[in-house]
Formats: sequence, structure tokens, C-alpha cells
Amino acid sequence: MSSGVGATEPLLRLTGVVKTFPGVRALDGVDFEVTAGEVHCLLGQNGAGKSTLIKVLSGVHRPDAGEIVWSGEPVSFNSPQAAMRAGIATIYQELDLVDELTVAENVFLGHEHSSVGFVHRGPARRETRQILARLGHPEIPVGRVVGKLPAAGKQIVSMGRALSRQARLLIMDEPSAVLAHDEVANLFRVIRELTSGGMAVIYISHRLEEIRQIGDRVTVLKDGRTSAANLPARTTPTRELVGKMTGRSIEYVFPARTAAPPVAATSGGARPAGPGDGVPGPAGTNTPLLEVDGLTRHGEFADVSLTVHSGEIVGIAGLVGSGRSELLETVYGARKAHAGRVLVGGRPLRPGSVSAAVRAGVGMAPEERKSQALLMGEPIYRNVTLATFARLARVGFTDAGRERAEASRVTASLQLAPADVRRQVRTLSGGNQQKVVVGRWLLGGTRLLLLDEPTRGVDVGARAELYGVVRRLADEGVGVLLVSSEVPEVLGLSDRVLVMREGRLIHEAAAADLDEHTVLDLVMAGSLQASEELP
Amino acid sequence: MIDVATSRPAPSTVERSGWWRSDGSEPVRRNLGLVGVLALLLIVGMVTRPDIFLNGHRLWSNELTVMTQASSIGVITIGMTFVMISGGIDLSVGALLALASVWSTTVATQSYGPGVMILAALLVGTGSGLLNGILIAYGRMVPFIATLATMVAARGLAQKISGKLTQIVRVNTINKIAEWKPLGIPLLVIIFLVVAVLAWVLLNRTTFGRRTVAVGGNAEAARLAGINLRRHTLMVYALSGLCCGIAAVMVTAQATAGSSDHGNLYELNAIAAAIIGGTALTGGRGTVVGSVLGVLVFTQIYNLFIVKNLQTEYQLIAQGVIIVAAVLIQQFRVAALRRPAPPGA
Repeated sequence: MSSGVGATEPLLRLTGVVKTFPGVRALDGVDFEVTAGEVHCLLGQNGAGKSTLIKVLSGVHRPDAGEIVWSGEPVSFNSPQAAMRAGIATIYQELDLVDELTVAENVFLGHEHSSVGFVHRGPARRETRQILARLGHPEIPVGRVVGKLPAAGKQIVSMGRALSRQARLLIMDEPSAVLAHDEVANLFRVIRELTSGGMAVIYISHRLEEIRQIGDRVTVLKDGRTSAANLPARTTPTRELVGKMTGRSIEYVFPARTAAPPVAATSGGARPAGPGDGVPGPAGTNTPLLEVDGLTRHGEFADVSLTVHSGEIVGIAGLVGSGRSELLETVYGARKAHAGRVLVGGRPLRPGSVSAAVRAGVGMAPEERKSQALLMGEPIYRNVTLATFARLARVGFTDAGRERAEASRVTASLQLAPADVRRQVRTLSGGNQQKVVVGRWLLGGTRLLLLDEPTRGVDVGARAELYGVVRRLADEGVGVLLVSSEVPEVLGLSDRVLVMREGRLIHEAAAADLDEHTVLDLVMAGSLQASEELP
Repeated sequence: MIDVATSRPAPSTVERSGWWRSDGSEPVRRNLGLVGVLALLLIVGMVTRPDIFLNGHRLWSNELTVMTQASSIGVITIGMTFVMISGGIDLSVGALLALASVWSTTVATQSYGPGVMILAALLVGTGSGLLNGILIAYGRMVPFIATLATMVAARGLAQKISGKLTQIVRVNTINKIAEWKPLGIPLLVIIFLVVAVLAWVLLNRTTFGRRTVAVGGNAEAARLAGINLRRHTLMVYALSGLCCGIAAVMVTAQATAGSSDHGNLYELNAIAAAIIGGTALTGGRGTVVGSVLGVLVFTQIYNLFIVKNLQTEYQLIAQGVIIVAAVLIQQFRVAALRRPAPPGA
């Protein structure tokens, strides 16, 4: 749209915005501007700082440094309400509507028409009808309970709420993630309607084709900084966009791959016997350690087949919502497959049974450390032995001394900072908590380790140590299946990479044969188009 | 500068600490506090009724009375403690006690003698607890609703079986349970203490206890570590039912009769005592020693009301106040623990 900066005064301008959390600098000098009437797209990898930026704009976080100028005046929002009053409305991925209230009640939630505490339903309904008509959806009944609307309808209600508050800037965080294809087209129509009326929209999406369709300008974030600002959305080549997203300022420290060449992309190829291959497993080693055959869960992933060999690290790259975490949990038995089977060491696992998987030597470090893996108020050693305390016990009586000894051995090998295993897990840093989760599976003869986002919320130092641990385990013969939204992590750590998109595996290659551009393209666009543009 | 791994900030490692709150010893401190409260109550007794509380012989016999009164509700509270640590609640305990007491004192059961009577009480209690567990673990009912339903149904069944009549115990051995005082200590008190010691071992030294804490502390983490959630839930409620069966024998012996009115409001007293003893309503936290002390604090307060000849209505009011105070204190402590959360996580 307006390429001439300064021709029109931007509605919103950020200069040098910094936001630090303990251990991470989430925003490290972000420059960003939006003019009235444009759709400005924000692009960046996971962890680039997009979410933090939104939260700063919507008043959830206060920046540590930098300036925010809103319609010509420097501002500082100290609460979401303040940002809302100023005219900034945010539609989060998980829509913040009350399912039990009606459409009209949701639209006017928090600023109801009322006198002495009594709500006037008439005006609210009338105005809601007008707003919905403006959004091109007069067919949504204002008296309907929101919980009964489809996802697309809820999104319209959220936008209606923004309109009812006279918002001038609408922030949309991956709005298309919950929508079907034709609903996305509809959403775009509504967005154009709004911008033609002078509203500004910040649009966040991982899907490049959408950005081309709806966006006017693009700003790319990388490692908490603006790596490119105000690129034209329709004409900037994909190669350039992806290039601005990648190319890191700090190199990830990955351990060297094992001397023995990893199993090639051709599945079924046996790994040559490497050092420390004497793992329990069928002799001959032609049988893969893990064999997944046509695994399907309706609505999550379909017809997934893959293998992991002993001593091999296989990485799955994919966006949030591509079905990767669900796949991992299904392999582990935490979800029950609708079709297909899982074999470990050539023997089928009972579907939907975690204990069967654990008995077969499978361990998992789940995505959400706090809610899925740890007892925060319990000591370190009891968290390390959570899957093995029964095996360390004698006829039902736990052996705390032995548990502490085993846990100490594990934490020492993981270089866990506080040596005292009686400390509560609550007191540990994210990196050390993750070491506790991984350490759980160093006990009790785990043969196959499933890692879901193993370095989320982990600082750089602990991250390198975790990579070292995973590689060492593989060298000792453990098979590893890794899921991560961070492409460099998947590429750097794995021997072999699988790309997952919309519930299907769409590509498989040796990690050495892939680069970040190619994988990002596959993950986001599902094609090799951009890398073919490369010389 | 620093490579940002994720959109979420790393959790804060800042730890709030102080002399009043250190990691491992928090339950110990709390239990010492309860001992302090007990001492305080004795001092109140000494001031208000010096004739009892400053006379060694009368004090001893008064405190034995307190312990005897605490014994049956104490056994129930111990079962409740396991249920609450596992993240559940059992509202049916009082009704299960009544049902077990009535069942074991029917004319037919009494004709088989004391052994069968005790066995019947234990089996009825455990069986009803199993039913609770099946409803909750396999029927996926909320514990509050499931045990509320069994509470009403068990009380009704007890009335049906007894015909709302008190069933006099004619088997002398049973009545002797409440009279016998080996070494001068009532057998009921000894039963309570034995159950408490066994429960302490079960909670702190066995895989069963470890699973209970894990399931209540983080059910999803326990499940993903390979613990069979449903089976364990079932067993925890069965254990609570067994405690009801034991308490039923004790109450029946004390009253020398079985009655569908036994155990009235025991669920409330047991939950209150467990909370005072430091058991978290949210699960994952609690101690046997704390629950025992909680029961003793409660009973000692009752005792003070009785020796001061105050009416029962004051007791009920005081009970309500104590429960509210205990829950408020617990919530403030939990809030204090959570305060150092990372910004905007």
C-alpha cells in the first residue's frame, strides 16, 4: 500500500521496543509501524517474538524500553483495558468468548448498556445486529448462545466485539488456524470491509499464501528484532521472506553426528552396527526399533507410517496444529489410534495403553512440562523415578535411598545444577526441569525416547547440554523420535527428518540433505517451490 | 543477542524463601504448629477448668476420653486423607459407617458371632467404597456427585435394613471392644493409633502411597509416566470404605447398638480435620500425622465445650468457624507459594 513512509502519519509506531523475561530477551529492539486502512502482516519463526509483541501492544506486558506512539501520542498501556479503551482490540487464537452467553451479550461483555445495574437487552441486540450486518454476517442470530456457533461464527463475534468498542486497530493471531478453506475466504472479505472503512489490521499467520492474498505490507521478526520492515506483501519473493526469517545471529550448538553414517532416507535400510549398538532388540537389526504403520486419528493425522532405528534420531518438522504432538502421543499410547498400528522391536503395542508402551521400553517427554510431566511440589528424585519407583521398590515398599542414588546418578550425568535431589522441582529453571523430565527415561532401560518440543522455554546453555544428552543416548543405542517447531533444531539434531503438514507426512530426507529454507517451505507451503528458486 | 527459544518466557527461578517456609520441612512445621494449638487448648482448659486440667489424674482420664471420642472419626479421617491427597473427596463416609454398622448388627449376622459381624462391617465398607471407585474411575463421575449419591443411597439402605430401629448388640465380645483397656489405654484408642501407623507406612513407604501423591499432584503426569489412573482411584476409594468399616465396628461397640443414625456429619468432620491437618483440597499434599493432629484439635475443642457445659449449638457454630478459618489459612499459603510466578507465562 503506502510505501512512502512519512507520507501519512502511521496510526501506530514502535521504536526500539525491548521486553526481557528472566533468562530470555523476548524483544530486543523491535521497530514496527501500522497505518490506518492497511493489513500489516507479522512474520517470524516460533520464538521470534511475535506473541510477546502482540502482548505488549494489547497491554498484557509493559515494555522495558522503547517507545510506542499511538495516533501521534506516546502511550504506555498498563492493562489490557487501557489498550482496549485506546482502540486496540486483539483476537487471540483461543477466542476469549463466553460460550454460555448469547451473541449480543458477548459483543457487549464488559460494556453493557445498563442503568442502575439492569441490562438493557434491546439496544444491545439492535446494535449487535447492525455490527453483524457491517461485518457481512446478518444471518448470525444475536440471541443464539455462542457455544452453538461454528468456529468461523465465533470469530465474527470476536470481531464484532472489537467494532462495538470502536477499535481502530485489530490484532489477529493466526485467525485462519481454526477455519476451513472457504471460511478463510469469507474472513478475508470481512477484513477488507473493515480496512476500507479505515481500520488497521495486524495479521499474523504462518501461511505465506494467505499473507500474499490479504496483506499490504509485511514486517519480519527474527530473534526478537525486526529483520525486515514494510516489505510489499504481494511482490516480495518467497525466498527473500524466508531468508529474513532464518539465518541466525547465534549458532545453535549441536553435537557432531555419530561417525557411522545415519540411516539414509530410504526407509527400511538397516543402520550399520555402530559403537554401543548392543541394545536389547532383535538380533540382525534389520527390524526397526519403532515401526508405525498407517496410523490414523480422524481430524488429527492420517495414514502416518515411519520407522526409527536403534541409535537413530528422527526429527518431525511441522507447525503447531499439524498433528505432530498428537502423533507422538498416539505412538506412546496416551491417545488411541483409530487405525494403524505401532510396533516396538517388532512386537505390536497395545493401543491406548501408556503402561504397555513403558513396559516395552518407550518413554516420552511431553510438550507441556508443567501440566503433563512434573509434580512441581515434589522433590527432584521422585520426579526422576516417577516411571520407575515401582520397579525400584521391594514388594510394594519404596526404597527412597535407592531412588535418591539412582536419581543422583542421572542428574549428575545430565549436569543438573542443584546437586541435592531432595529439592522441589518448583525451584528449578526451565532447562533443569526439562532435564528432570528427560532424566526420568534414563532409568529402567528405555529403548525409544519420544521428545515433544524438548527445548521449549529452555535457555541457550541448557539447550546445548540437552542436545548433547540426546545425541549421547542415541550413541548408546536408544532410538529417538523428536518433534519441534524450530526447524534448526530438527535439522541440527536429527539424522533423518520427516516433514508433517496438515496431518500427513509429506517429505522424508536425511538431515544432511536438507536446509532450513527447504524445510520451512515444506512446513508452510507444502511444496519445494522456493528452494527451486534458489541457485 | 540471546536466541529466544520460544514465545514463552523461561520460568522464573526466583525462589521466595524464609525461616517460615523451607522446602522439605513444610509439613513438619505445620504439624508442630498443630501441636502448639493443642498445647494452647490445654492452657485454655487450665485457666477455665483448673479443677480438671491441673489435676494429674483427672487430666489423664479426660484426655483418654478425648482420644476415645477421636478414635472412630480419626480412622475415617485417615481414609479421607488418602482420597483427598489423590485429588478426590468422599462424602459418603458417614453413611457407609451407618450401613456397615446396621448390616453387621442384624439379627441374622449376630447369630454367626463376633468374627462374622466384624467381617461383615469391613466387607460392606470396602464394597461400598469400591462402588464409589467404580463410579468415579470407570463411570467418569465427579467424586463430589458420585459420593453424594452413594451417601444418600447408603443412608436410605441402612434405614431400610434396620427398619429405622436401633439394633441392640447381644454379642458381648463386640461390646467389650469399647470397654477393654489393656495397660489402662482404651482399645479404641489403640485401634486408632495402629491404623494411623499403618497408614503412615502406606503413604510414605509404599508404591501405593507414592501413586496416591502422584495421581493427586498431577494426574496427567502420572498417566504419562505409566501409572494406571483408574485402578489406583478405585483402590483409594476402597481404602476409604475399609476405614468406614473399621470405624463402624468401633462406633457400634461404643453404642452397643447398630443404627442408621450413626456417623451423622462424619464426612464434614473428617474433611475439616484433614484440611486443618494440611491436606490440600486440590490434591497432591497431605500427611497422616497432620490429619491425626487435626482430629485431636477438633475433639479437644469439643471437650472444652463439654467441660464448660456449653450447649451443642455453640459447638456447631465453632465448628463452622474453624473450618472456614482452616480453609482460608490454606488458601493464603497456596497463594503465597504461587506468587513468584513468571510474568505473563
